[in-house]
Amino acid sequence: MTSVSETKVQLGGTRGGPDVATLRQDRWWIQPVVTVSILTAFIIYSTWAAFQGKNYYVGAQVHRDLISPFYSPCIASDCVAGAKSGFALNGWTLSPALLILIFPLGFRLTCYYYRRSYYRAFWWSPPACAVADAHSSYSGETRFPLIMQNIHRYFFYAGLVFNALLTYDAFRAFNQPGLGFGVTVGTIVLTVNAGLLWAYSLSCHACRHLCGGQVKSFKAHPIRYRFWKFLTPLNAKHMNFAWASLLFVAFTDVYVRLVASGAWTDFRLF
Amino acid sequence: MSDITMRVWRGDSTGGDFESYTIERNEGEVVLDVVHRIQATEAPDLACRWNCKAGKCGSCAVEVNGKPRLMCMTRMDTLPEGPVTLTPMKTFPIIRDLVTDVSFNYEQAAKVPALLPPPMPVDGYRMFQQDVERSQEFRKCIECFMCQDVCHVIRDHEENKQHYAGPRFFIRHAELEMHPLDTNDRREYVREEAGLGFCNITKCCTEVCPEHIKITDNAIIPLKERVVDAHYDPVAWLGRKIRRKTKTSATEAAVQPAP
Repeated sequence: MTSVSETKVQLGGTRGGPDVATLRQDRWWIQPVVTVSILTAFIIYSTWAAFQGKNYYVGAQVHRDLISPFYSPCIASDCVAGAKSGFALNGWTLSPALLILIFPLGFRLTCYYYRRSYYRAFWWSPPACAVADAHSSYSGETRFPLIMQNIHRYFFYAGLVFNALLTYDAFRAFNQPGLGFGVTVGTIVLTVNAGLLWAYSLSCHACRHLCGGQVKSFKAHPIRYRFWKFLTPLNAKHMNFAWASLLFVAFTDVYVRLVASGAWTDFRLF
Repeated sequence: MSDITMRVWRGDSTGGDFESYTIERNEGEVVLDVVHRIQATEAPDLACRWNCKAGKCGSCAVEVNGKPRLMCMTRMDTLPEGPVTLTPMKTFPIIRDLVTDVSFNYEQAAKVPALLPPPMPVDGYRMFQQDVERSQEFRKCIECFMCQDVCHVIRDHEENKQHYAGPRFFIRHAELEMHPLDTNDRREYVREEAGLGFCNITKCCTEVCPEHIKITDNAIIPLKERVVDAHYDPVAWLGRKIRRKTKTSATEAAVQPAP
């Protein structure tokens, strides 16, 4: 009978294969490049738009009531007439977008999907699967500041408030000053924007957890189980909603800005 | 048919290098078939693990062109033209050629606190279908350890093996944490001992899983959210205080005996 020698366990032993960053032959770098390009473009545009402080509202003079999502609710004391919300921060004369954008940006910054994207694309930790991490040491999300990613659910709650406000803006846009109810391209843009933001929020992993995922037994919580069952397929599309809502919220601002500046006309459909 | 060149890592813990084998390409073959033909014709001493040839035992996991794959489930005609590179899984110590020492995973498996059900009711334990279905996905794991191999937390940072369980064991922890009959509270354990916070959810584990288990979305992120419930959410903490809800001592979960 042939004797079989026992292989000694070697934790931390010599690894096989060549000492190179990756042996992948496919174009793994395309995804990080695309992510960096889109997110950088969005950050530059939203920063520029936030500091503009003008052309964020299309008002009664052209029989419209369209406000940019970057500026809603308009809570600065010097907001243009018609755009003002019921509440104003007295003394805040800078662009209201500088206050408002903290919450949606915080929601996206701590979002599980975006974390995956920017850890890969910007931080190269790792740039792609089976491609070497660009850093010599790694502590993940165990220390400050990345441990703060755990407050994602609070940005989710804040995001719901903004979704409700933007939905209200979209409904309000259908009632056009001096003309009454009507549908314009602008109303459709605002409605689609609100819809995509709701889809992004409801498909959020924290939402799925809070609505039902956290229970130990679904049998004991049938209503929460139904919520969880409803949200699970949405959650599977979270990446799609994340990109679609990001691009569309920027497009909505562009649309309102161009109509407000007179470069575009907001066509009335009926 | 044309020939195919296979660049196979040959060596052991003392060192190694690629060796090229050029053999005839046959229609319908998978990588494991080609490796077996190399063993039969050119290199009878080439070491590789394999068993079922059906993608269900997880033995033949190696890195094909730099990505963790099961040799028995990787068709040659799905690979790009040119030489095919075969290397052992990078995260684990090499034994010989394509065979690695995956003992790290068994050590992690031994640390997982066992299911701790409550005392048996008179009519026996009952588990309902919707609770069974939730963790059924995690039971599909074939323990190929490709998720462990591709996880950069230990692939690129050997020192983290001391305090990081890895994706395969996060799905085990998730399965038990979501089990309605488990009285162990594992949230402190997965945070402190299993190193859940090291995972930065880059989803590579999900990408390579041959069983298509949604490791990140259905196990790791739900576990992270449960840890947030227990440690980082002041509202949840207040709710527990108001409802006077006491949990099983989480820090002692690891030492709770199996029934």
